[in-house]
Amino acid sequence: MGFLDALLGRTKPVQPKLDDLFALPSAAITLEAGAGFKPTGSGSVCFRPVEGRSFADVQKDVQELLDVSSGQEGGLPVEVSKDSFGFTWLVSSHLSDELDALVTDLHAVNSSLVDNGFGPQLLCTLVAFRDDQERRLALVYLYKRGTFYPFAPLDGERRDNALELQVKGVIGDDLKFEPDLARWFPVWGAPGL
Amino acid sequence: MATRTRYAPDRGLTVRMTATMFLLGLVFVAFIAAIIGIGGATHASTAVIVLFAVVLGGGAAIGSLFYSDKIALRTAGAVEVSPQQAPRLHGIVDRLCALADMPKPRIAIANSPMPNAFATGRNADKAVLCVTRSLMDRLNDDELEGVIAHEMSHVAHKDVQVMTIASFLAIVAAVLIRISFYGELFGGGRGRGGNNNQNAAIILLALMALSIVVYAISFLLIRLLSRYRELSADRSGALLTGQPSALKSALQKVSGDIAKIPTRDLRTAEPLNAFFFAPAMSLRGGKSLSSIFSTHPSLERRLAELDKVQRQLSQQGR
Repeated sequence: MGFLDALLGRTKPVQPKLDDLFALPSAAITLEAGAGFKPTGSGSVCFRPVEGRSFADVQKDVQELLDVSSGQEGGLPVEVSKDSFGFTWLVSSHLSDELDALVTDLHAVNSSLVDNGFGPQLLCTLVAFRDDQERRLALVYLYKRGTFYPFAPLDGERRDNALELQVKGVIGDDLKFEPDLARWFPVWGAPGL
Repeated sequence: MATRTRYAPDRGLTVRMTATMFLLGLVFVAFIAAIIGIGGATHASTAVIVLFAVVLGGGAAIGSLFYSDKIALRTAGAVEVSPQQAPRLHGIVDRLCALADMPKPRIAIANSPMPNAFATGRNADKAVLCVTRSLMDRLNDDELEGVIAHEMSHVAHKDVQVMTIASFLAIVAAVLIRISFYGELFGGGRGRGGNNNQNAAIILLALMALSIVVYAISFLLIRLLSRYRELSADRSGALLTGQPSALKSALQKVSGDIAKIPTRDLRTAEPLNAFFFAPAMSLRGGKSLSSIFSTHPSLERRLAELDKVQRQLSQQGR
């Protein structure tokens, strides 16, 4: 955002960075080897819907697209849910060893929104992991920063910060991690986690 | 790569705002030129007076900029809250910050009977966002999000800095009015005649007249600029959330309610007005007159501008 834009009060919505998402499958292998967390196969895209017909049409197209692609492989249909903050989550479920396919699905959502001019509405994408003790972990990708951070919820809206920092230590070199810890915001009750 | 965008800036608004800032700059230059004219033609002590006013005014401006967060929170009686104390509010702000790629501001809640919100702090890293308890009670989550997006746009637009710099001229002019006024009294009271003394009195009178004119003009321009910046913040906020109608319904609830509350209770809030979501003071009297002096555009104007955003967002194709 330029100085002039601020001065004239016309800051533009930020466009998302999409490419770094593809580093996820290889980082997942490191994560499993280093910390014992396996992907559950489910992942989700979270965005802020825009009111009006135009966005509703785009969202419908995306859902149909994903349903068709998962239908061919005998997968589960895409789930749509709205959280209490008014954000929409599209949850795509695959088998736990199909992380590549999952990332492809997630990317399809991203690129449809961007192609239709709704890129700035993308908030984050979330890929779920579990370990043998059934501890939950998500890697959250922040579209506007192009960075990842771990989110490990415990019962009762607490986070396992020690685990999150451990995960950062294990795969910090494989993924672009968000350096500003203040931006590791919690996504309580995220679908698919 | 040219990314397709639905978020074209509002040219008309940009042009009007640029013109206002240009005029403010012009008044500033003319003021300086006139002071140099008066000082150069007559008396060296004028320069000292003006320098004193600039230092005093500049000091006040810088001071208020640096301590804007503390001053505003103290005045509003607001207390900073942690994510545990206000999880909803923090959740909304977290998400908006991630959407807008901004650092998260500190969050405060004021126990005020009027539904309102403001953001202050000298830059985005030091920003504080404050909402009143009553605002949280009256608005639903979508509307609250709209109001917070509006305030975060103020932060992104550096409105505290811009308005402080814009006010600098008016502060200097106000200080000069004071000084020359007391100078007149003082000089006249001594009454020890002499050509020199009389001359000084005339200079002070000219300085006072000039300062009054500059103060009046810059006051109106600052108010105009403030109204344009409110419209900008409405616009950017609505584009950020993608929900202009939530902001519209928040505006209707808040403005309608605020107008009903007696002004006596609100006097303490008046100095903060420039950073509020809705003005805390309802001006009576002629509509046209009050609209020149107010810090915020009328409700009708704000709703009409948000209608434009709504149309822009729902455009088919691109």
